[in-house]
Amino acid sequence: MTKKLTIKRKVKEPEPQNEAPDSHESSDNEEEEEDLLQAVKDPGEDSTDDEGIDQEYQTDSSEDLEFESDEEGNYLGRKGAEGSSGDDDEESAEDEEEEDDADAKKSSKNNDEEAATTSKSIKKSQEKPTSSNKVVPVVPARDPSKVEYADSDTSDEEDIRNTVGNIPMHWYDEYKHIGYDWDAKKIVKPPKGDQIDDFLRKIEDPNFWRTVKDPLTGQEVLLTDADIALIKRINSGRIPNEEHDEYAPWIEWFTSEVEKMPIKNVPDHKRSFLPSGSEKKTVSRMVHALKMGWMKTTEEVQREKQEKRGPKFYMLWETDTSREQMRRIHDPVSAPKRDLPGHAESYNPPPEYLFDEKEAKEWHKLKDEPHRRKLHFMPQKFKSLREVPAYSRYLRERFLRCLDLYLCPRAKRVKLNIDAEYLIPKLPSPRDLQPFPTVESLVYRGHTDLVRSVSVEPKGEYLVSGSDDKTVKIWEIATGRCIRTIETEDVVRCVAWCPNAKLSIIAVATGSRLLLVNPKVGDKLLVKKTDDLLAEAPVLDVIENERIKTAVQWANAEPADQEKGVRVIITHFKPIRQVTWHGRGDYLATVMPEGANRSALIHQLSKRRSQIPFSKSKGLIQCVLFHPVKPCFFVATQHNIRIYDLVKQELIKKLLTNSKWISGMSIHPKGDNLLVSTYDKKMLWFDLDLSTKPYQTMRLHRNAVRSVAFHLRYPLFASGSDDQAVIVSHGMVYNDLLQNPLIVPLKKLQTHEKREEFGVLDVNWHPVQPWVFSTGADCTIRLFT
Amino acid sequence: MRRPKKYEAGEATQYISRRAAIRKLQLSLNDFRRLCILKGVYPREPKHRRRAQKGSSEIKILYHTKDIRFLLHESIVWTLRDYKIFAKKTSRDRAIKDFRNLKRRLALFPEIKLDHIVKERYPTFIDALKDLDDCLTLLFLFSTFPSLHLIPREQSNLCRRLTIEFLHYVIASKSLRKVFISIKGYYFQAEIKGQKVTWIMPHYYPFKPQSRQEVDFKVMSIFVEFYTILQGFTNFRLFHGLNLAYPPQFPSSLLQDNEDTFKDEASFVSDRIAALNFELLRTDKVQEDEEEPDIDMELLEQDGDSKRIIKMKQEAQEVSRLRTLFKGLKFFINREVPREPLVILIRSFGGKVSWDASVFPGATFAENDETITHQIVDRPSLSTQYISRDYIQPQWLFDCVNQRQLLPTNDYFLGETLPPHLSPFVDSKRDSYIPPEEKALHDPSLIETHEQSEEESEEDEAEKEEEEADQELLDAQLQLAYQQETAEYKKYGGPDGVNEDEEDLSEEDDEEDDDEEDVDKEDVDEQTKRKQQEKEKMSVQSGKVHKVNKRQVHKAEVDEHRLQARMVKPRHRNLFRKLIREKQTKEKEEWLLRKKRRNIDADTKEAKKAAKREARKLAAEAAARAAKLVK
Repeated sequence: MTKKLTIKRKVKEPEPQNEAPDSHESSDNEEEEEDLLQAVKDPGEDSTDDEGIDQEYQTDSSEDLEFESDEEGNYLGRKGAEGSSGDDDEESAEDEEEEDDADAKKSSKNNDEEAATTSKSIKKSQEKPTSSNKVVPVVPARDPSKVEYADSDTSDEEDIRNTVGNIPMHWYDEYKHIGYDWDAKKIVKPPKGDQIDDFLRKIEDPNFWRTVKDPLTGQEVLLTDADIALIKRINSGRIPNEEHDEYAPWIEWFTSEVEKMPIKNVPDHKRSFLPSGSEKKTVSRMVHALKMGWMKTTEEVQREKQEKRGPKFYMLWETDTSREQMRRIHDPVSAPKRDLPGHAESYNPPPEYLFDEKEAKEWHKLKDEPHRRKLHFMPQKFKSLREVPAYSRYLRERFLRCLDLYLCPRAKRVKLNIDAEYLIPKLPSPRDLQPFPTVESLVYRGHTDLVRSVSVEPKGEYLVSGSDDKTVKIWEIATGRCIRTIETEDVVRCVAWCPNAKLSIIAVATGSRLLLVNPKVGDKLLVKKTDDLLAEAPVLDVIENERIKTAVQWANAEPADQEKGVRVIITHFKPIRQVTWHGRGDYLATVMPEGANRSALIHQLSKRRSQIPFSKSKGLIQCVLFHPVKPCFFVATQHNIRIYDLVKQELIKKLLTNSKWISGMSIHPKGDNLLVSTYDKKMLWFDLDLSTKPYQTMRLHRNAVRSVAFHLRYPLFASGSDDQAVIVSHGMVYNDLLQNPLIVPLKKLQTHEKREEFGVLDVNWHPVQPWVFSTGADCTIRLFT
Repeated sequence: MRRPKKYEAGEATQYISRRAAIRKLQLSLNDFRRLCILKGVYPREPKHRRRAQKGSSEIKILYHTKDIRFLLHESIVWTLRDYKIFAKKTSRDRAIKDFRNLKRRLALFPEIKLDHIVKERYPTFIDALKDLDDCLTLLFLFSTFPSLHLIPREQSNLCRRLTIEFLHYVIASKSLRKVFISIKGYYFQAEIKGQKVTWIMPHYYPFKPQSRQEVDFKVMSIFVEFYTILQGFTNFRLFHGLNLAYPPQFPSSLLQDNEDTFKDEASFVSDRIAALNFELLRTDKVQEDEEEPDIDMELLEQDGDSKRIIKMKQEAQEVSRLRTLFKGLKFFINREVPREPLVILIRSFGGKVSWDASVFPGATFAENDETITHQIVDRPSLSTQYISRDYIQPQWLFDCVNQRQLLPTNDYFLGETLPPHLSPFVDSKRDSYIPPEEKALHDPSLIETHEQSEEESEEDEAEKEEEEADQELLDAQLQLAYQQETAEYKKYGGPDGVNEDEEDLSEEDDEEDDDEEDVDKEDVDEQTKRKQQEKEKMSVQSGKVHKVNKRQVHKAEVDEHRLQARMVKPRHRNLFRKLIREKQTKEKEEWLLRKKRRNIDADTKEAKKAAKREARKLAAEAAARAAKLVK
């Protein structure tokens, strides 16, 4: 708290500070300022101490800070408003002036004195604004930083002056010092007493209430009476300076009266009397623009705007329907209208339209593919109209409609509005096409494994069947009784009753042997005659070639076999799959699929001779067939059917089935139509006169078709399939060549049981009656009548 | 001769991809879109896409080349280009702060003129009416919009103006035919010059912020830009057709388009509805020329009484009845009821309507008016009620209009559970499921009586049960009374006591006699039996009726049909399958609805019965208690 130092400082400083303002201000200004200051100071000067004033100014800033903290910035705000930077500068200038005096005196002071001076100085500072108000126009603004520097420089009363600047002081909380003084030495914080010390001091020290801590230095400052009075005045919102007279007479520095005589005696220029040429030009230009309508007055502009607002409507169409010739877009297609809402969209629909849990779940599940939902919205029911909210997807729907209108491709399409029934070809009713088998009437049981094949005696009394249980059974049709069982050594693939009614022979294909069996049923004479016929082998006059010899051996049956009824055994070199008779009963053909180019053989019974009709294999032969009338031979490979003339020994025709695998075929008794069954669920009807392509493809079955058969007399055919069904159809062939065959599916007979994916294996017709026999994988033979 | 190259002729040259079209028109994609929307140019679906796309099989957006060439000559293409120039120049002015120029430029904003496009897209007025559905629906939506970034207030204001004008026309011409409250909004269908115009008025308040992917307001705004023009011209012609002044003049107190109304959404809407409640100024000064000769019936009848003419006649009569449906009725709308749709409804069928004047402007009479016949209420209860009027829920109006007659109001009373609201737009003769309520509408006599009889029979049963129960109750009470009486009698003893015993004895005698008679009867019976048996042996026995198992027959028929269906030609097979599948799904749907209905009906019936039983039980208990008290 030694005053000397501060004063020293001031002594050191004045020159540069004086220079700074000088350099900025014009000389006369400065003079004026000084004069003013003098004038203002006058009242203050009568008080005792000049120094006091000086010092007061120095303390000013620090005290400001305290006030700041006390009054929550109220004072600060006021001060900021009052004291512009210019004031500060003034102050500094003033200070310097007075410092000189102070220097000269160099008198020592006590604390009280000091306090008195500070109070005075505050008064001074309060007084300042009024004076500065007058001075403001004269003093130009200065650089604030500089001011601050000057301020801090001059306004510290103590030697311990902190140079840290305007920083938050709590940065020094952790240190022992609180900043640096002018010599760059640390200002050590005064020892801080604990609360007991504080308390003791509070008790002991009568001045405790007026001690304040200077945050910048950490020193304690004792407030003087004047200070307290000042604070009180400020608190009560009065002008801090007690002596300030608010109602002092106004000193008019600049007179408001207009002087009669000019200050300068220079006459006005001529230009000032003449109208401006450029203005005239612009005005005339504007007048012209207004005249020409380029420019508009504000009123006009407003009116036009008013008129422009919104489109103008008029009678665009004179009449309702008349059309003007106008270019339009090419071939306009109007957008279809939106569907109108149904009951389900109602806010209060009948209860059945609301979704139950299952439907709601499905509706939610199809969130990613909304087009698959049955309704595009979820029906809702509201008790009353006030509960109905805005539809959440309404905007989206309208937007989608907009997209539809401009982005959806349009085309004119004929909408097919037909009933499904219309597509079913018009066929006669099955009732008009009777008789045909409709019910299952008999089941022949006895086989223990799947029954591969069935064949009927030409007279229609007996039935022969061959099964995988290595037996051949002969049944009486009418009773379903098994008359005879012939056991063989191998699986029976195929049985065929000789179509010649004068012979009673069954051809049985078992393994690689073909057995010719006399069933010993029916007419005894006939049986005997057949036996006689087969008893001895005719003498062969032709030497068979090697190819045939290695393939086939004819032999009479052993006595043991003879007893069973087997008469002749034809041993083949490969397992036989199919055997079929020629219509007259002398020839029979066998198929060995593994036989390569010798897979089809034709045997002649009367001469006990075999032939191999083909020297080359044209594919895996599936089945063969004799033409009922002509000397033709049908050979079905996997994909195609070839028809050979047996006499000329040449290929007549090749039928293209366009299917993957043929399973069987049957020829119409008249010989012009061929029915082919395939494993790919189809049946093909070939009109041999018409084309090599099928006349009709029927997909009656749901699974592979195993066999087909034509009836000898009735216009019927049957097909058996793996779907356990026997389908009986009407297949009428007309004598008139122009009329196409009529094919009508009549009846589906589905009584066979399924065994390991096999259903019906073979079908065959009764030679006389409209009865059909079918054999199945369920070890039965069934008769449908 | 030069050999023609591939894709130089035919379909490949007929179509042009969007990319190519944009290049040809020298426009940006946005401008092209705008042009397409305004001009009504749309992509085409080619017959053979691969050929049309010059061999590429990906799906492109294809336009007709002629359409694009047509766009090339359009004048608004230049306006669109001017927009671009305008934007560039103004942005430049703004950048260099040349505000004077900027101001000048802004005043010269290139306005787009769409009048000729309306004429070109709709060469006749009828064409325009045919395409009014989307237009009206969108305008009604936009008229409710707040001011948005992409939708200026002027646009939604114009929409509002145009829709009100249109509604005024509908009211004045009484052309409203069908109405429907859907969950999406109110559907209205009017018949204007023989064209059915359907529009949707969304439920309040349809706007909500949408993401850009969901809804692009820019696109919709372009549509609205065109539709406002179309609607304006249509309104003009419609108003002139009715000899009404256009633009319509409203009472001056209403509908002031100043800034305040724009800001206040609520007053904006209420003004709009208020306007609907006033008559429009007519140009010809003839007030309500009443029935205009619709179709000259006599003339038609001379042609002969064909079915069509009879039908037309009926239709005309119905319509004329519909037009005066609410004539002479006075409606008061409570404040919770959405007013706009109801006002249209009531006013267009000749009714008078008002609402609470303190809440909304435009009311014509107050609630305490004694001449009000109906008050439309949509709340469960009301404190002050007038006897002179019916308190009905708003659905009544809609159902009345759809059925074209005034329905009994008792189903629609205050707080009543409403009958289902049915759509008037479904075809009554369709072959899909028809709910029983709709059946009742079309054939009220038959179905209702049937239902009634059913109900009656049920009720009869129930009544019988009830009666029995009541009887039992009565009996029990009587019994009680009797026992009490006898008890009293025994206590005090009476002179008739001896006589009663005698009576009992005589009864016993009678019984004995009966037994003897029975024995005699048995003997006689044996003899007759023998005789009868003999007779039976000789007699001709009646033949037994051979019963056809219907199910089997049906199955056989189905099998037969299936077999025949397998004979469908291969080229039709897919189509056939599709048709069958469609039919099956339809049938399934119908079956499901029927089943649900049956279950619901059964449930409700069960609930009713349970309630009745409960009530009866309570009554019985009460009676028993009473009896106890008596004891």
